[in-house]
Amino acid sequence: MTQSIPVTNLDGDFKTRARHALDDAQLRNNFRTAMDGLMHKREQAFSDPQEREDLRDLGNRIRARALSQLPDLLDQLEQRLTANGVRVHWAETTEEANEIVHRLIEAQEGRQVVKGKSMVSEEMELNDYLAERDIECLESDLGEYTVQLDHEKPSHIIMPAIHKNARQVARLFQEKLGGELSDDIHELVGTGRQILRQKFMEADVGVSGVNFAVAETGTLVLVENEGNGRMSTTVPPVHIAVTGIEKVVANLRDVVPLLSLLTRSALGQPITTYINMISGPRKDDERDGPREVHLVLLDNGRSRAFADAQLRQTLNCIRCGACMNHCPVYTRVGGHTYGEVYPGPIGKILTPHLVGLDRVPDHPSASSLCGACGDVCPVKIPIPELLQRLREENVRHPEDSEAAVAGAGSRYSNREQLIWRGWQWLNTHPRIYRLFLWGVTRLRRLQPARLRPWTDYRSAPTPAARSLHEQARNHMRSKS
Amino acid sequence: MSARDGIMRRLRAGLEGSQPRPDEFDATLVTRTWRYDSTEARVERLTRLLEAVHTEVHRTTQGDWPQRLYEQLRTRGIPNLLFAPETPHGSQLSKAWEVNGSEIHLTPWDGPIEEWKETLFNDVSASLTGSVGGIAATGTLAIWPDRHEPRLMSLVPPLHIALLKASTIADNLYDLMQTQDWASGMPTNLLLVSGPSKTADIEQVLAYGAHGPKELITLILEDA
Amino acid sequence: MTDLFYDASPNATRIVQSNKAGREYPEKPDRVVLFGTCVVDLFFPEAGMDAIRLLEHQGIQVDFPQNQSCCGQPAWTSGYREQAESVARAQLALLDTGTPVVVPSGSCAGMIRHHYPGLFNHEPQTRDRALRVAENTFELTEFLLNVCRVRLQDRGRHRQVALHTSCTARREMQTHHHARGLLAQLSGVTRVDHDHESECCGFGGTFCVRMPDISGAMVADKTQSLSQSGADELISADCGCLLNINGAMNRQNLNLKGRHIASFLWERCQEGS
Repeated sequence: MTQSIPVTNLDGDFKTRARHALDDAQLRNNFRTAMDGLMHKREQAFSDPQEREDLRDLGNRIRARALSQLPDLLDQLEQRLTANGVRVHWAETTEEANEIVHRLIEAQEGRQVVKGKSMVSEEMELNDYLAERDIECLESDLGEYTVQLDHEKPSHIIMPAIHKNARQVARLFQEKLGGELSDDIHELVGTGRQILRQKFMEADVGVSGVNFAVAETGTLVLVENEGNGRMSTTVPPVHIAVTGIEKVVANLRDVVPLLSLLTRSALGQPITTYINMISGPRKDDERDGPREVHLVLLDNGRSRAFADAQLRQTLNCIRCGACMNHCPVYTRVGGHTYGEVYPGPIGKILTPHLVGLDRVPDHPSASSLCGACGDVCPVKIPIPELLQRLREENVRHPEDSEAAVAGAGSRYSNREQLIWRGWQWLNTHPRIYRLFLWGVTRLRRLQPARLRPWTDYRSAPTPAARSLHEQARNHMRSKS
Repeated sequence: MSARDGIMRRLRAGLEGSQPRPDEFDATLVTRTWRYDSTEARVERLTRLLEAVHTEVHRTTQGDWPQRLYEQLRTRGIPNLLFAPETPHGSQLSKAWEVNGSEIHLTPWDGPIEEWKETLFNDVSASLTGSVGGIAATGTLAIWPDRHEPRLMSLVPPLHIALLKASTIADNLYDLMQTQDWASGMPTNLLLVSGPSKTADIEQVLAYGAHGPKELITLILEDA
Repeated sequence: MTDLFYDASPNATRIVQSNKAGREYPEKPDRVVLFGTCVVDLFFPEAGMDAIRLLEHQGIQVDFPQNQSCCGQPAWTSGYREQAESVARAQLALLDTGTPVVVPSGSCAGMIRHHYPGLFNHEPQTRDRALRVAENTFELTEFLLNVCRVRLQDRGRHRQVALHTSCTARREMQTHHHARGLLAQLSGVTRVDHDHESECCGFGGTFCVRMPDISGAMVADKTQSLSQSGADELISADCGCLLNINGAMNRQNLNLKGRHIASFLWERCQEGS
């Protein structure tokens, strides 16, 4: 498989892609139905609001504590993993991470790789990187497998193929894999199972992500339902785990609340089918498991986000996807509109650190700041606050030395600066402000009927005949 | 400068002048809601949750389980069972079935995985493993693979049967890992299993038998 | 807000404080200041006037400082912190009198109460002033329900109403609880739920012009669910949302028009309404 997978499925900028998505009734319906279902499941899984809030509070404190000693925990993690026989590699960039993974595969003369679900490997575009070097890297999560078959990217971090319905998956399977057309979901799952079990057996190397890396014991915790993660990390002779440097937690005990928050927030499940805790390769007297286990720790902009105490909170994320499930914008435009690996609210606050704010300048604006994301975040990332911070970074002067984000200042505009300065002047000069009110109310009939883009979907609002300032003044006078 | 040094330097600079946050872990938050007052209550809760995820649960005894298992496998027409003869439950099983003239072939794990991968994937119909405990709160089995019962025994065969001693069912995950002191020595692989493998990746419709077992049977040994 | 008490270093890793304790309310005062907000000022002045009437009806003298303008929220949410600070500083100078401030808008009240202090972290004196004002600022429905402890006498005919609450108002000021509490006192009013009631209407300040298509899709869904709710009337405690929803309903020729809860409550309390 050498065909390269495009980074985005739609051309143009964010707004153009959003326009396409909004016009796609099937897509809209697929997302609305799925997100409604996921919101409902989460609500049921947290039936006691007090318990939920207490647990979110604990989750926030655990992640903050881990970040407050991140370098020490990474040191400890490396020591423990090394003592357990796991080899630890560090990568500043996705390019470095890809090189490391490639080198490890080459050392095995590997040609076939199976991969469990990993968002970091999506960041790396590992599949493409390996395909260009004649190594097949096959997604084994059924959703990921489906989007890979269609040369797409995941549209949701937990449910990668959520943008497709069963009929669309059925047509894809028939087209790519042959056989009878069937949109029976159990048959489709059976088809995937059959093909992928063969691949697990043949693979030279298994690649996976990591949900939590435990410093105390040197343990990689992987959370999944399908069993493909266990297959990928257990059957092939070599297992390479790739993860971001922020995924470390202090100890095994800390995993307990985070796990509960993760599975309940993501899918409304009390726990997933498998929690796979890997602390080392096969021992001499053991009879299965990989002979080598590697962990690649990737930075890719995380340490820069870390440098700013406010933006650091982005790294609390445990990748549950609840923010996208509850986002009124994501629900309407779907994951591909964001054009990057991480969609939805978390994508909007994380992506600028990974690729530079200038590559995704619309991300911070694509939010009504309704706050649903922050409300449901299991580790209490103040997402609206961070979006607003990124809006500030966006409109900074490009030469401002205090910029905290790479690519800040790309939305700096003299025109907008002028508008906001004018607004400031108006609102800090009371007499001018009252004169403005007087003028607008007196000339209200002269207002144009079209005020784009407002009037694309709404009638133009008509100012009142007399402002509150005037009416209140008259009222007070009449009373005294 | 190596990648490691560069990353570490930036992280340390980011924390300059600040303290590590205090450890405010409050165990009651992960235990209080998940308390059950008797073994019976724990067994009931675990059973209910496992059954909700397509798992068959049978309550049996130390002495009777080989027979119960035999009946279950016969009803399903299972031709062979992967087991670990070196374990106490493995040897109990082979003895019990031998006496009764079993028609189900007992297969031991034979050498390193590389030597019989294809057979394991293609020919083994079912497997039996033990477990080190259960979790009532979430309906979960804790499986601690070792040289006798390798990791893949609970994953590759389409039907997995796990033995669970009722007395080893903890209220919640926190209790289980604390009482068994997991932190003092983790095995190379430790698994929490809550049902047969499943997926909801297509249209959010739940389907069992994704990549691992299609079925899970749990035999709870009530007098153990 | 950050826990500055634990580690004062600017590099300290932050947690988000849980907002567990409910607000403690003072006795009903003799005087209040009404902070009208810019949208009410220009588009819904009757809501501001009805707020004044409701408060006066409670025996409270209402001041309306003529030098007030906007709370600063539009610039603040758009990333123009400097401009927001300057406008906020001007309002603070007016509002720091010790007299309670009542705001007929949840999101503007939230701006003053929750975001003003943080805007001035670098200016200790203004920050102290902001904290004083924040402590003394109330959203209108909150004030009527919890400070005035009103007992509304409903004199109107039976009506079915839908209630839309602004997202920030709900999250920062619990306006949905307060508005529902007031409506529950009206014997002739039945509140009907609408589909996805707590979902954003798509206004979002400058969002509606920066992302017009997405905002348009959101408000279209909102108006659809409102028109299918069976409500005779839509009420809200936030005029930004009303501007958006009314504009869309008008454009779609729907038979429903939203108005501010102050106007609705005042009307219900009049003879023969």
